[in-house]
Amino acid sequence: MTRHIRLAAAFCTLLLLALLVNATRIQIFESRSYDDNVANRRHTIARYDQPRGGILVGGKPITGSRDSGEQLRYERTYRNGPLYAPVTGFASQEYGTTFLEHSEDDILAGTDSMLSPFPLWNDLTRAQNPGGNVVTTLNQAAQQAAFAGLGTRTGAVAAIEPSTGRILALVSTPSYDPGALSGNSRSANRSWARLNADPNKPMLNRAVRQTYPPGSTFKVVTAAAALDAGVVTDLDAATKSPDPYTLPGTSTTLTNEGDGCVDAPLRSAFEWSCNTVFAKLGVDVGVRNMSTTAEAFGFNDTDARIPFSVSPSTFDTTLDKAQLALSSIGQYNTRATPLQMAMVAAAVANGGQVREPYLVERTTRRGGETVSTPGSRPVRQAMHPATAVQMKELMEDVVTEGTGTNAAIPGATVGGKTGTAQHGIGNSGTPYAWFVSWAQGERDIEPKVAVAVVVEDASADRSDISGGGDAAPIAKAVMQAVLGS
Amino acid sequence: MTNAGTTVTADLPTPAVRLPRRRGIELTLIVVAVLLSVYGYCAVGLAKNGTVPPGAAGYGAGLGVLALLAHIAVRLRAPYADPLLLPIGVLLNGLGLVLIYRLDLETPGDRAAPTQLVWSTLGVTLFIVVVVALRDHRVLQRYAYVCVAAALALLTLPVLFPAVNGARIWIRIGGFSIQPGEFAKVLLAVFFAAYLAANRNALAYAGRRVWRLQLPTGRVLGPIVAIWLLSVGVLILERDLGTSLLFFGLFVTLLYVATGRTGWIAVGLLLAALGAVAVGRLEPHVHSRVQDWLHPFASIDAGHGPNQLAQSLFAFAAGGMLGTGLGLGHSILIGFAAKSDFILATAGEELGLAGLSAIFILYGLLVERGYRAGLALRDPFGRLLAVGLASIVALQVFVIAGGVTGLIPLTGMAMPFLAQGGSSVVTNWAIVALLIRLSDSSRRQYDIEVAA
Repeated sequence: MTRHIRLAAAFCTLLLLALLVNATRIQIFESRSYDDNVANRRHTIARYDQPRGGILVGGKPITGSRDSGEQLRYERTYRNGPLYAPVTGFASQEYGTTFLEHSEDDILAGTDSMLSPFPLWNDLTRAQNPGGNVVTTLNQAAQQAAFAGLGTRTGAVAAIEPSTGRILALVSTPSYDPGALSGNSRSANRSWARLNADPNKPMLNRAVRQTYPPGSTFKVVTAAAALDAGVVTDLDAATKSPDPYTLPGTSTTLTNEGDGCVDAPLRSAFEWSCNTVFAKLGVDVGVRNMSTTAEAFGFNDTDARIPFSVSPSTFDTTLDKAQLALSSIGQYNTRATPLQMAMVAAAVANGGQVREPYLVERTTRRGGETVSTPGSRPVRQAMHPATAVQMKELMEDVVTEGTGTNAAIPGATVGGKTGTAQHGIGNSGTPYAWFVSWAQGERDIEPKVAVAVVVEDASADRSDISGGGDAAPIAKAVMQAVLGS
Repeated sequence: MTNAGTTVTADLPTPAVRLPRRRGIELTLIVVAVLLSVYGYCAVGLAKNGTVPPGAAGYGAGLGVLALLAHIAVRLRAPYADPLLLPIGVLLNGLGLVLIYRLDLETPGDRAAPTQLVWSTLGVTLFIVVVVALRDHRVLQRYAYVCVAAALALLTLPVLFPAVNGARIWIRIGGFSIQPGEFAKVLLAVFFAAYLAANRNALAYAGRRVWRLQLPTGRVLGPIVAIWLLSVGVLILERDLGTSLLFFGLFVTLLYVATGRTGWIAVGLLLAALGAVAVGRLEPHVHSRVQDWLHPFASIDAGHGPNQLAQSLFAFAAGGMLGTGLGLGHSILIGFAAKSDFILATAGEELGLAGLSAIFILYGLLVERGYRAGLALRDPFGRLLAVGLASIVALQVFVIAGGVTGLIPLTGMAMPFLAQGGSSVVTNWAIVALLIRLSDSSRRQYDIEVAA
């Protein structure tokens, strides 16, 4: 009997070994695939089990968190939610994340392996790191000035620092409070339904995700292309420009809002925004050179990220001459985001160099140690430095004596360009008012800020002045805020 | 060097009069077991609320007093007993209470730990009663037929009561529910051991020989097969497949050990395979369990979300090597059986592979100590009873742990000592008490022989 008891005991040992081997298989070798199963809620629970890291503006967090005591525990709160919504986006238990909350999610949720001081040890213990912070490049005063300037109107503002590409302001109106979407309560559901049904699209980030016809502000690009290509060599020499201008190959004629555009030299044509001069100029420069310059400014870039993606601004590269003429004055297929037009102004201010814009200065651990500095980006030459000098002159003239006098700041050098973009069937829609500009303070060695402002529901005064009237004061307020801080 | 030989002779050990009783070791281990349990209890509170739970002192004192009383009973009435058995029982029971308390925190409306504590007290009381009242295990042999009658009565009783969660294995009296099949395990083990001990020669050597199998005469084999078929049949009626599997394994193991015929194993496996296929085909409840086992994530792919087994696997996987720490896992996602059948998943998630292995090794030691007592005993009944009780623990651990880790199809069963379930805790304390008695006898008889 003894032998058989021993054999039975051996059998029990086998059973035990089978259990241990199987447990090892699940807990060590296949644990990763189980962890990553879509139906496993542990990731979701873990992510909301600790407060998210902060998004910082001017050293202070604009986000917070609230302990809901539920399974998905910490809900995101926002300070000045509507003001920063185009930057932060929302972080919702139910509806996911957008914008910085989305693109920096690994840092904010604490899942980025870079956050761990001891990565290997954390892998072993599966400890979760506290959420890290995202330090933005935003200038609080500029952001507030832009938001206050737009007020109840629909529009957007993008401001960048020309020499670095740091985004100083990114505003879109009407806005919404992303905090209303946090958690998975019934009120979050209601807010979601209400915001999606709102015809004013408050969740649309107009500064980076909406493209508009840039209208006359695009003349900055056309002028730069003409100077770079040598089509214009003297700013004050008369051009051969009829008024009205018949679009090549068609019987359609193009007119101007004001007088004095016949054969106008580039300086005054730019100052008074002569459509006829720039349409013909674009045709003279040619599709090749026009699109090269436009793309150097950042048009047709489908991969732009700041770090969330930016809708590509477009300049059609397959145009006939009539289409090219219209495209050269920012109509037809030409479309741009406010951020893109801020880049155009910044390129002029920065000696012709385009700095890729960025919104995240650095990411840190909770304690403040830097995790990464995505900051510096590649540089592109959009135009010759000499052309940039001439363009600065042209833009300064617009503000000192042209259509953009509303943007003038005492004691500072300001360059600008107005625009009124027509749209809708037969140009029946209320035109978009544009203003792009840059400013350099008295004691600054280089321009400090470049801004683009678009106001969708500008007063229905169909003159180029509306860009100067509606958008320029907002740009001025933003520039003043930057120069003053 | 010359007087080396004489030195050796002089140093020969004098025949041991008494074997070491090792009660001090037992006491030390019990203290460790209680402290570990209290530590776990505090760890849960600290993890969940940031404070030591208010009941910690009471819990520690209660568990300590129970363990101490059991220890005193062993010290007085079974002084030669194996010193590991009782501490393992205390530690597993203490850990079970911690895990149930921990899961209670997630289900504020359904607190199971206080009830479990009451049942544990009952279990330890039964342990003390058995250790004190049962002076010699051979007495049980006389009550073999009483035991089998009681076992069959207990097994059939739940048929009269309504089914709970698809199984008809509970009886409810007042606020308490009892699972009589649990008690039947021990009674049936006693009967099998007694019957086989009495008839082993007839089983092994009488009757006709068919191929390599020595068939016993129907007169000897008939009654025991009838009892076994009856119990398994009842359990299948009640849909308690885990327990029927356990009885089957117990029966085959004891038959093999008693007769020494390997052929019985072959017959057992063949019958088991036939039975499994038949039940798996015909019984929809079992069929779905087998399907779940083969395809644990099918319900996810079908868009119905994870089933219990998938949730259990997620919990084990989430534990990894070292676990999330007590109180920090999410095994509550498993759902309604988290505190009972799936309690091991909580251990796996919060204590990790390290803790799970420790638990398996504790069970392994318990089984090994049972087998060791069986090997050391001289009387066939005692040997078979020890092997039977140890096998019950081993099979039960394998069936339920294998089920929740996806090794074998899932059958609802209670993890000994760990899982929520009053009948189970009481039964397991009875098993440990019998093993204490058996190990005491085995070492006491050795003591006497050496002394003589």
